[in-house]
Amino acid sequence: MIAEFGHLALILAFGLALMQMVVPLVGAHRGWRGWMAFAEPAAVSQALLVIAAFGALMRAFVTSDFTLRIVVENSHSAKPLLYKISGVWGNHEGSMLLWVLILTLYGAAVALFGTNLPARLRARVLAVQAAVSVAFYAFILFTSNPFDRVAVPPLDGRDLNPLLQDPGLAFHPPFLYLGYVGLSMAFSFAIAALIEGRVDAAWGRWVRPWTLAAWIFLTIGIALGSWWAYYELGWGGFWFWDPVENASFMPWLIAAALLHSAIVVEKREALKSWTILLAILAFGFSLLGTFIVRSGILTSVHAFANDPERGVFILIILAIFVGGGLTLYAARAGALEAKGVFGLVSREAALVANNVLLAVAALVVFVGTLWPLFAEMAFGRVLSVGAPFFDAAFTPFMVVLALILPVGALLAWKRGSVSRSVSVLWPAAALAVALAALAVAMQTGRSALGPLGLLLGAWILFGAALDLWSKTGRGALGGRVARLRRLPRADWGRAVAHGGLGVTFIGIAGMLAWQVEDIRVAQVGEPFDVGGYEVTLADVTEGEGPNYRTTMGEVHVARGGREVARLFPEKRVYPVAGMPTTEAAIENGVWRDLYVVIGDPQDGGGWAVRTYVKPFANWIWGGAILMALGGALSLTDRRLRVAAGARPAPPPPVPAE
Amino acid sequence: MRRLLLVLLLIAAPAFAVQPDEVLDDPALESRARDISAGLRCPVCRNESIDESNAGVARDLRLMVRERLVAGDSDAEVVDAVVARYGEYVLLAPDRTGVNLVLWLAPAALGLAGLVIALVAVRRRAAAPQEAPLDEDEQRRLDEILKS
Repeated sequence: MIAEFGHLALILAFGLALMQMVVPLVGAHRGWRGWMAFAEPAAVSQALLVIAAFGALMRAFVTSDFTLRIVVENSHSAKPLLYKISGVWGNHEGSMLLWVLILTLYGAAVALFGTNLPARLRARVLAVQAAVSVAFYAFILFTSNPFDRVAVPPLDGRDLNPLLQDPGLAFHPPFLYLGYVGLSMAFSFAIAALIEGRVDAAWGRWVRPWTLAAWIFLTIGIALGSWWAYYELGWGGFWFWDPVENASFMPWLIAAALLHSAIVVEKREALKSWTILLAILAFGFSLLGTFIVRSGILTSVHAFANDPERGVFILIILAIFVGGGLTLYAARAGALEAKGVFGLVSREAALVANNVLLAVAALVVFVGTLWPLFAEMAFGRVLSVGAPFFDAAFTPFMVVLALILPVGALLAWKRGSVSRSVSVLWPAAALAVALAALAVAMQTGRSALGPLGLLLGAWILFGAALDLWSKTGRGALGGRVARLRRLPRADWGRAVAHGGLGVTFIGIAGMLAWQVEDIRVAQVGEPFDVGGYEVTLADVTEGEGPNYRTTMGEVHVARGGREVARLFPEKRVYPVAGMPTTEAAIENGVWRDLYVVIGDPQDGGGWAVRTYVKPFANWIWGGAILMALGGALSLTDRRLRVAAGARPAPPPPVPAE
Repeated sequence: MRRLLLVLLLIAAPAFAVQPDEVLDDPALESRARDISAGLRCPVCRNESIDESNAGVARDLRLMVRERLVAGDSDAEVVDAVVARYGEYVLLAPDRTGVNLVLWLAPAALGLAGLVIALVAVRRRAAAPQEAPLDEDEQRRLDEILKS
């Protein structure tokens, strides 16, 4: 019964969204206040209805209600509670419901906290937001109903894919969706601005927090996914240039460009039409990502042809919103008056370079991701585009970006001076070069990748630190430290996020260049050497988990006779899903990870064991955390509260009479 | 994630990527084998190289690569032999012939286009007329506002 209520709530939300799409828009056009004001209660009610629907579905999962089809297909009564909950979005229908849930929450946030937006703009933003919701409600209700019942409920469910039964992956989709869907806000603001034919500094100020929030969520979501791949897939890869990964990476790159160009709109009223275009593209890539993941088209063109309903539906949504958005852009972008003059050497020009590099990098990923599809459909060539292409095609843009970044961040608005940047930054350059030279001297016969990545990463990292330091002015050390603490959070945010990028650069280069790998048959009790560590497979035991069987190795790692770690790598089999997984055992460290995987028993005795020493591994995700933290710091700057410029002004004092 | 699902569904007994018994004694040959393997796609997997994959076919291919290397083939000959059997689908870096040239030239072309667009945009902003200074009337009003 409760599931039917959930279904009903979703249908009501659909109807409400249809009205919210039309009424405020007409109101804004005609200047009817009452019609415009319809948007806010509608947006809030939509959110409440979808929360109810989502709650109903979650209840079905938690109570293992096996009369619902997706509960049967994705849950099991013996599954731990956390994964019963994450099972709600670990499947197609539920994840789409999560998508609209987040969409309506954003809409409600604008309605509730956007009280200082001009009424007309707010009405239009909420109407566009409702149009997006309408499309996705229709998608859910007509092709992917999560509240579908089964005629004959089975005694128990088929369990969630064991690979998804993992804390890292439980929260990966919600974060990604918070990011994807957050970009719909930028889109709605862009379309509303195009309808109004007006973009000004205030618009930039309203759009930036939403984009920043979306970007923070995407950063966390991507990092979680990459971290999961690192420890779960059994050999410590962290990025595969898989279409599904690229689907989240493209919006991230565009969102990064967008939040930088929105700064230029806010501070200098320049790059307006470019910013609008980026906002449309950012959401377009989000929709494209949804299409890629949900249609499965890149896994197999044939799978798509066999069950095209859902894919075609999302493709139509994509065509309407991106096509419509770009058409509107083409028609109205000319009306956006550009202001703000700036020179060839200026913060604005540096941000243009940032935008172009990030946008082109996203396009390169786009071309590579969709090329196999294109080649097969147009030329009948069945081919693959994998990591070697992306590494070669993508890296150069990041190298240039890294070289420019610290200099650009220090340039003044309007007309900057390179010599001032150089006078601040030379210690960073010197340190980075010294570190790279040290790396070259210490490594023998390995690729130049490690030193180069270290050079760029250190340059960005120290550059970010000096950027902050240079803001404290001159004078005695104590005074400067005191001023450092009083710097605006936006300055801290910029430095921390940029520094995080540098940290990630170092992590990626270090891990790829200096990893040590050892594959062998290990006999129990016989030590072997891996990269200076003495590794011993001490014992292998069989055991039982709540819903799996496990083979667990006990591995002792020592260095110079002193024990460093005891690791317990596992091989699990989930009988219900009939699936094995590897659980690598990892000793995390600041400078290196020790990574051990146990494989099959060998015919001649002993076990297959793979051991890695992965230098700087945690720097990859540490850098991502810093980037997200920097974004959050910037978001909490007083000048940039979420959803708003300033707080609503206090009521004017009433003169006492 | 789905890639793995597929892999695991397709194979009955899971192995695990490069097995100890596959590793060649000659480190130079082994390192060449690893490099070649990293560029060859496992035919039944989703975007995984044979070096990473657990699938049976991937193991067969790894063994084939190593056998040919031991027999004295060059890297290119090994790759050609695998492509002859499984088609260009197994190349993770697609070859640079025919229409694929578009793919390989796209990054440079896009980068160049971006550079041109950026330069034009920046130059146009640099050359744009400064906003007109306030005329007398406006200046007077501004002064009044500031004074009040």
